[in-house]
Amino acid sequence: MSYVPNTAADREAMLAAIGVDSIEDLFQDVPKLHRHPEFSLPAPLSEMEMLAELRDLCEKNAGLDHSLCFLGAGAYNHFVPSVVDHVISRSEFYTAYTPYQPEISQGTLQTIFEYQSMICALTGMDVANASHYDGATALAEAIVMALNVSRQKKKKVVLSPNIHPEYRQVVRTYTQGMGLTIDGDENPANDAPALQGLIDKDTCCVVVQTPDFFGRLMTPAEMSALADAAHAVKALFVVVADPISLGLFKPPGEFGADVVLGEGQPLGNTLNFGGPYLGYFACRQAYVRKMSGRLVGETVDSRGQRGYVMTFVAREQHIRRDRATSNICTNQALNALAAGVYLATMGRRGLRQVAEMSYHKAHYAAQRIAKLPGFELADDAPFFKEFAVRCPIPVQTLDNKLMENWNIIGGLDLGRYDPNREGQMLLCVTEMNTKKEIDYLVKALEEIVKEWKKQEEGSND
Amino acid sequence: MKTDPTCRYTQSHDWIRVKGDEGTIGITDYAQNELSDIVYVELPESEDSFEKGEVYATVESVKAAADCYLPVDGQVLAANETLEDSPELVNSDPYGEGWFVRIKITDPAMLDELMDVEAYKAFCEEGGH
Repeated sequence: MSYVPNTAADREAMLAAIGVDSIEDLFQDVPKLHRHPEFSLPAPLSEMEMLAELRDLCEKNAGLDHSLCFLGAGAYNHFVPSVVDHVISRSEFYTAYTPYQPEISQGTLQTIFEYQSMICALTGMDVANASHYDGATALAEAIVMALNVSRQKKKKVVLSPNIHPEYRQVVRTYTQGMGLTIDGDENPANDAPALQGLIDKDTCCVVVQTPDFFGRLMTPAEMSALADAAHAVKALFVVVADPISLGLFKPPGEFGADVVLGEGQPLGNTLNFGGPYLGYFACRQAYVRKMSGRLVGETVDSRGQRGYVMTFVAREQHIRRDRATSNICTNQALNALAAGVYLATMGRRGLRQVAEMSYHKAHYAAQRIAKLPGFELADDAPFFKEFAVRCPIPVQTLDNKLMENWNIIGGLDLGRYDPNREGQMLLCVTEMNTKKEIDYLVKALEEIVKEWKKQEEGSND
Repeated sequence: MKTDPTCRYTQSHDWIRVKGDEGTIGITDYAQNELSDIVYVELPESEDSFEKGEVYATVESVKAAADCYLPVDGQVLAANETLEDSPELVNSDPYGEGWFVRIKITDPAMLDELMDVEAYKAFCEEGGH
């Protein structure tokens, strides 16, 4: 069966109608150099052969189906109940696009409204938007919002060095040309009191992450002090947070946060090889007209019946043009739907359980690993589900051996991001890791190091 | 269309009423009618300074968002905070309770460039663009 929509006879007829002999003739006027190059492709395959080839290629990936995973660092392996896929695979959701016409989009609008409402409950904020592309863009949008709240007058941003390094890069890329000064994040020694010292009257926002990139939790006192210092100069206090952690810990809204955002992937979205994900974004009511993204509201129709509609659209690009609050007036609707279905399925108690299990299992793993000869925890701060470990042998070697010989996806090599963290591995444990798996990881680490030392001694002889 | 003989006007449908070196500013009846139901007015803060033609406020209605331009150079003395909760005053009383800001006029000579009420009426009759 041919998948080309016109037949050879159709093409002949079309060429004859315009008076050329061949498709080649049609492109005579384009210099040969600029014409489409010849592909050097192998011979066509049947569907059956092609599937087999794709399957072979797929098996080269270290997927979660065949390996144990202790890697996190911004994308997390949490359980996704099967109801999530069932709901998001419904064609009404799967194929629908922008709900500009509320009269035909009530289902989509309602799911977005419910997602927003649950994000508000989780973060302790008043309003949440319909989502952004990912956590990093959500952070960049929060900074642009803070700049706009200051009426573009305050151009300094105080960033914690413990925010995900890729988020910090995205912030710099995104805010190019806005004349912002980004301060604080390039010195790893900047703790909360040091950041407080950087806040001045030109500061439009102060941004921290908790749990931070290294898994550590900020204390309520640190958060409140930074919030107060920010508010004293009319700056916004922005908190990046893992949404799963909010199932267990008090929401940042209770510590003076004005904006809470983060990567929404852990909520019902699988790892998907890095995307598509969603950024969740919530803030206080006072900033609703300055916030970025799409917003869905609940209202009543002319008959007094409940209905949903996109609201505050006058902020958005298709109406406000160059003076819009953001370039982004779209959202990750399907991913946000998955997050919404996940939150509704888990409920308050279920989410708390996921967080508690991750917390306890991570602490069990940390405790066991810290007892291994040569290993120690790099930080002594309280942590959630990730922790940095100082390793006795190069992290890259350790990770390679874990993968090759033990079928374990090991932790992140922190030396890649920060020379001060050379030799440290960032490990992540979630509810998906069983005690047996953790014990197996501990054994693997012990054996790999033992083997490596033995080889070193051998080569020294 | 209502007009106010005590005001001077711009082609962007802003009005200014001068008293000494102070001016009260708002948008005209024509403008509010074009925008339809106004739901929000974003106003500047006291002491903000603007040049003539600079955007000093934004009006949001159910169907559009429009920028408002200062008719002359000036510094904001006060913004009409009542509009925060009652933006509909701009629709019902554009030359009175629906005022936007009071400013200190930096250069009174600039007032001469504005239209008087008769010129503004004629401008609107021609289409107002």
